[in-house]
This record gives sequence, C-alpha cells and structure tokens, in this order.
Amino acid sequence: MEFTHTDTRRMLSDTIDRYLRDKYPLSARVEAGQSEPGFQPAQYEVLAELGVIAALFPEDQGGFGGEGFDIAVVFEELGKRLVNEPVMDNALVPGSILAAAGQSDAVENIIAGTARYALAAEEPQALYDLADVETRAEAKGDGWTLTGAKSMVKYSPGCDGFIVSARTGKGISLFLVAPDQVSLRDYATFDGGCASELALDGAEGQLLGKEGAGAAMLQEAADRAVLALSAESLGIMQTIREMTIEYLRTRKQFGVVIGKFQALQHRMAEMLLEIEQARSAVINAANAMALADPERARIIAAAKYSIGRIGRLVAEESIQLHGGIAMTWEYDLGHFAKRLVMIDHEWGDQDFHLARFIEEGRAA
Amino acid sequence: MDLNFTQEELEFREDVRAWLAENLPGDLARKVRSDAPLTKDDMLRWQLILHEKGWLTYSWPAEFGGTGWGPVKQFIFEEEMAYACAPRLLPFGLRMLGPVLMKFGSKEQQDYYLPRMCDGTDWWCQGYSEPGAGSDLASLKTTAVREGDHYVVNGQKTWTTLGQHADWIFCLVRTSTTGKPQEGISFLLIDMTSPGIEVRPIQTIDGGREVNEVWFTDVKVPVENLVGEENKGWTYAKYLLTHERTNIAGVGKSNQELARLKELAASQKRNGKPLAEDPHFAARMARVEIDLMNMEITNLRVLAQAEAGGAPGPESSMLKILGTEIEQELTDLTRRALGRSAQALTPEADDPGFNGPYVAPEGFQHATGVYFNHRKTTIYGGSTEIQKNIINKMIVGL
Repeated sequence: MEFTHTDTRRMLSDTIDRYLRDKYPLSARVEAGQSEPGFQPAQYEVLAELGVIAALFPEDQGGFGGEGFDIAVVFEELGKRLVNEPVMDNALVPGSILAAAGQSDAVENIIAGTARYALAAEEPQALYDLADVETRAEAKGDGWTLTGAKSMVKYSPGCDGFIVSARTGKGISLFLVAPDQVSLRDYATFDGGCASELALDGAEGQLLGKEGAGAAMLQEAADRAVLALSAESLGIMQTIREMTIEYLRTRKQFGVVIGKFQALQHRMAEMLLEIEQARSAVINAANAMALADPERARIIAAAKYSIGRIGRLVAEESIQLHGGIAMTWEYDLGHFAKRLVMIDHEWGDQDFHLARFIEEGRAA
Repeated sequence: MDLNFTQEELEFREDVRAWLAENLPGDLARKVRSDAPLTKDDMLRWQLILHEKGWLTYSWPAEFGGTGWGPVKQFIFEEEMAYACAPRLLPFGLRMLGPVLMKFGSKEQQDYYLPRMCDGTDWWCQGYSEPGAGSDLASLKTTAVREGDHYVVNGQKTWTTLGQHADWIFCLVRTSTTGKPQEGISFLLIDMTSPGIEVRPIQTIDGGREVNEVWFTDVKVPVENLVGEENKGWTYAKYLLTHERTNIAGVGKSNQELARLKELAASQKRNGKPLAEDPHFAARMARVEIDLMNMEITNLRVLAQAEAGGAPGPESSMLKILGTEIEQELTDLTRRALGRSAQALTPEADDPGFNGPYVAPEGFQHATGVYFNHRKTTIYGGSTEIQKNIINKMIVGL
C-alpha cells in the first residue's frame, strides 16, 4: 500500500499552491463575486497556463492526467485558497462530455483556457435528479430545436456554448447550443460565484454523441464533478482547521487562551478526526474512478455523502468555536464556510447520495 | 396533571388571533414570512399599532403601563404574533432596559424613559460586548470617569444590533478597577447624538447590515444618566439574564418555521414524489418536530412554575440552548429542501414589482442567508457554552 502521490502530482500541487499563495488574494476573489462576470477571467487563464486544466484530461485528449487522483490533487489545492474560477464547471464537466462526443477541437481549446462551456442540465422542478428532464428536442433538417428551461447554470457569462440535456423519442440526449440561441438571467450565488436561469425557445442545437446516450454521458461527468467537489471541500476544511486552531491559540477570555478549555478542545478534536475521515473518502473516490459500476458509483456516492455531512459540521463548529468574529463578512472564515455548505447543494446533497449509495448497494 | 390551557386562556388566544388578523399590515407580514429585511419604518409602524392597542408593553406590569399579563398569556401572545408573521419586537428597550429601570431606576428615569421607548421617540440599542469582552463580558474595558456633574466615556462597544437607527444606548462601563472585575461595572444611559460617538457598520456573513461597532471618545454623559448605584451594573445586567426569560425558546417562531418547512417539502419533488415523502428528509423533519414538541412541554412546565410565582434560574439557560439549536436545525432543513436553488442570491425577488421567475420558490429566496445568519443565535446573549456553564453551576454545582 502507498498513500503518497506520485512526484508529478506533488509537483503540480506545489505549483498550484505557490501560485495561489502569492497571486490569489481572498479579497479580490470576494470582490469578483460581487461584480460582473462573477469570477476573474484573467486568473482562469493563468490557471490554464499552469496546467491546472490539462491535468484533468488524459494525454490522448491533449492533457497530461485525467485520472481520479489528478482531479483530487488539483481541486484540493483550489479549495485551500477558495478559488472561485470555473475550472470544474467550464472545463472538467463540459470537457468530459465533449471528449466523449468526439469534439476534440473544443477539448483542446478548453485545455488551453481559450474556450469555456457551461452545462445546462438541471431543471427548475428537479431536485438534483439529472433524469428529471422536461426540455424537448425535435429533429429539424440536419439539426435539432430545443424548448424548455434550465436552472442554476453555473458560470455562463462569456461561454462559447452550452451543453443542454433534452428529451427526444429515444430518451435523454445532449446538445451543444450556441450562446445566441438562449436567453439568460444572471445572478450571484451565495458562495461568491455566479449562475443563470436559461430559457430555450426553439433554440438550434447540435447533437452530442448518440441520440439517447445523454444520461450515461452525464453520469460520467457527474462522477468527475462529485470527486472534484469532494476534493475542493477537503481543501477548504484544511484551511478552516488551520484558522480555527490559530484562533483557539490566540483568543483570550477569562484570562487564558480559549484553547485551554476542555469543552473546546474536544470539539476541535472531533473536527480533526472528521476531516481525516473526509480525506479518506476523497482518496477512496479518486481511486474508484478507475473501477467499474456499481462499485465505483457506491464509493463516489459515499464520498459526497461524507463530504456533505462533515462539511456542515466543520462549517458550523468552526463558526461556533470562533464566536462573533466568524459572523462578519470581513473575517475570512465565513467565506470558506459558505462555500463549504454550498458544495452540498451541487451535484446532489448528502441525502441524495445516501439514497444512491443504498440503491447501488442493492445492485451490487 | 393537566396539559391544557384554561378556557380563559383559550379565549384570550382567539382574541389575539382575531385582532392580529385585522390589524397586522399585509405588507409587513409578507416581508416577515419571506425573511425579507425590515426597514426602521416597518418596525416602528408595527410598534405604534401595538402601542395604540396597549399590547406593546405586553410583558410589563400594569403599574408601569403594561398589560399585567402573567407568563402564560405572554407566551400565548408571542406564539400568536409568530404565527401571524408579525415583525419581531426589538428587546433592547422593552425587554431589557425597561425592566432594569422598573427595578433599579429612579422615579425620574422611569417617568422620562419608559413612555418614550413605547411611543417611538427613543430607539434603544445595547452596549455590552467589546472586542476583548465577549463570553467574558466582565472583562470589559470601556471606561467612565466621573468629572464633576458628568462622566467621560472612552472605549469601544461591538455587535450593537441596529445601532445605526438608535437614539440611545445603554452601556456597561468600567467605573472602578479595584476588586473583582464584576464589582467595577456601572450601567449608563448614553445619548447617541453626544459628541465623540461614532457608529461603524459591521457587514455580516450573509451580507446583512444589522450590527455595528460604537466608538466613544471623551463622550460626556450627565451623572443623572447612571442607573442605580455606581459599580452595581453587573447585578443589573445579570438580572436581565434570568428575569422573565421564560419565552426565550421561541416556540411560536419555530412552530411557524416548521409549518413553512412542511409546506415547502410538500411542494418540492424528489424522484417524482414530494420531498416530504422522501424517507431521509421525512426523518430529518420528524426528528426536529419531536425535539420541538418536547421543548414546548418543557417550556410550558417552566411557565406553570413561573405563573405560580417561581423564578426561573437554569431553566432559562436550558430553553435558550434548546430553542436556538432547534431554530438552527429548521433553517438548515429549509435550506436543504431548496436543493440547488439554495445557492441563488436574488434580493430583487423582494421588490413589489418583481414578476419572476423565482430561482428558489417564492418566499424562500433568503433561506440560505437566514441559515448563516442564525449561526449567531448560539453565540449571542450568552453562548451555548456559557449557558452550559450556568446550568452546571446552578444544578450540578461542580
């Protein structure tokens, strides 16, 4: 057994860490979340130059990684510095779908950071269920026309295209839709990012992959997204852990540093052991990307469930251990805590993945 | 044992409910129901409507112009206010300073300040916490030095809720550094328009604007603004922590939030079925409902004791811990029930002219902000850890 990363992955994580430490201040990140377009495109381009995106794709697609542990290493580093750039939403997720559909030029541009795509899969009436699709696609000449509504489309400003799920006679299919074919209503998200409601009214679309193959393509992308989110969450939790320990060591009340109180020591200890459990869940999920379903599905679901449960605990406990200061916008912790909790609202929350774990266990 | 309210109490509840249905402005109820921020005018408008009815001072004894209601009627009144989605009444004047003045203030102070805090003339805020004095409140450092017929105040207060609207602040200040820290604290009333006071906003985690820092630089305060005796302020502040804190659990508010959560869970769909029928979510809702049912009985037991003349001690601490934790759990479940849409920040949905589409279902656009904002409830007013220390000291005695 070997629980250390390869040299290549260690170098990658060091590179990302060094860059973010020096050049990615939290203040600029928070400010970007409050203005258009909701992130920092210049930072995104630098991350692409550093190889952050290339690491998420295999060599035959133009990258230098693409395995579970590559995804885990990258997103853990991004989480530590609370990076709010659409590496998952505009690159990892659409890239895996476009690669499966044989759109190699688009994938190369994604890796270079010169093209971004957004996924429009979830609908207003759906609660995380990617198969709950009412949007329709009709064949028209060589192409297709799409009608329907999508909700919480992440990081849509400036995108080169949307990947839209829609029903045809053969089930769920995926389509590439140009930005001028959709209408968008943009808004900020609670964790400092951005999203849009997307409406399709006879929009022209190009079929991606085979008709009716959409659900399987989406599931592959979803597994990657869940791993990325879980690793990001782990990175966030490590930063929160450091901030909270530092606070317990310096804040004085009743004449002593508050870390001297056993009631707080035990709570901190519980946080620490739960974060180690989260780390194990992420390692297990990264490893499972190379396995076949239903084992892979079970382990991925277990990771997102664990991250959801532990993420809430860490967010809430760290705020309580800090006291009032953690309730302020000015203090960094709150921004980390908000992203940590919002991760449970993406790609299925802990209850969704607990149910999936049970379901896949029956299939096993 | 008889767990029922008396006939008279039931009729009283009906009267309150009917009056609220008639007199609570619809726009205010709508704002409260959807957790939209209330303006100063919103809060004052509702205060004056209640004042005219004579119910603003529902917790005050009759001799000071209150209703003279006992703890049970006060509980019923608060429950009905919560069910009707009435704006919450700020506690600083009515529930905090008022009782202190009644018990420890001079006749002149009572005659001057009590009517003014009711008719909207004076908006009060609280000056207790300091950056270095949170849970350890007695370590507070803001000083008041007597110079002739006034005190000179220097220092900084923090977490001053809605201090930006306030005309007056009641402060705990240090008047002596000899003896135990608790023995050198005085209770002072300070006019917020005094030269040398600066209010600086603190933006909260949810982007809200409800707390402030208040800075004092050589602020002159007339000696007649001292409440009670010099260096006895700690006693007065502590009196507030146990006095009439029988309704601190917020049973009505939590029941109201539970009802709203159930509505939401019935309309949200998971796998084609209402979320309320999802076994995991149903279990989560059931657990908090059971906790709430138990707490309601715990609260009624404390009320019955208080109605019979008993003074609640550690029970206040128990109710504060239970009430805030249940309230937090409810905000957590509401956020969960929204699914992906909990991420959206759409304050524009509060605008009267807004015609959608909503991202989160109508009325729930603030749910995530409310969840984060409610983290404060286990921190403020004596954190959960401090309440546990009190329980331990008063019951376990170790």
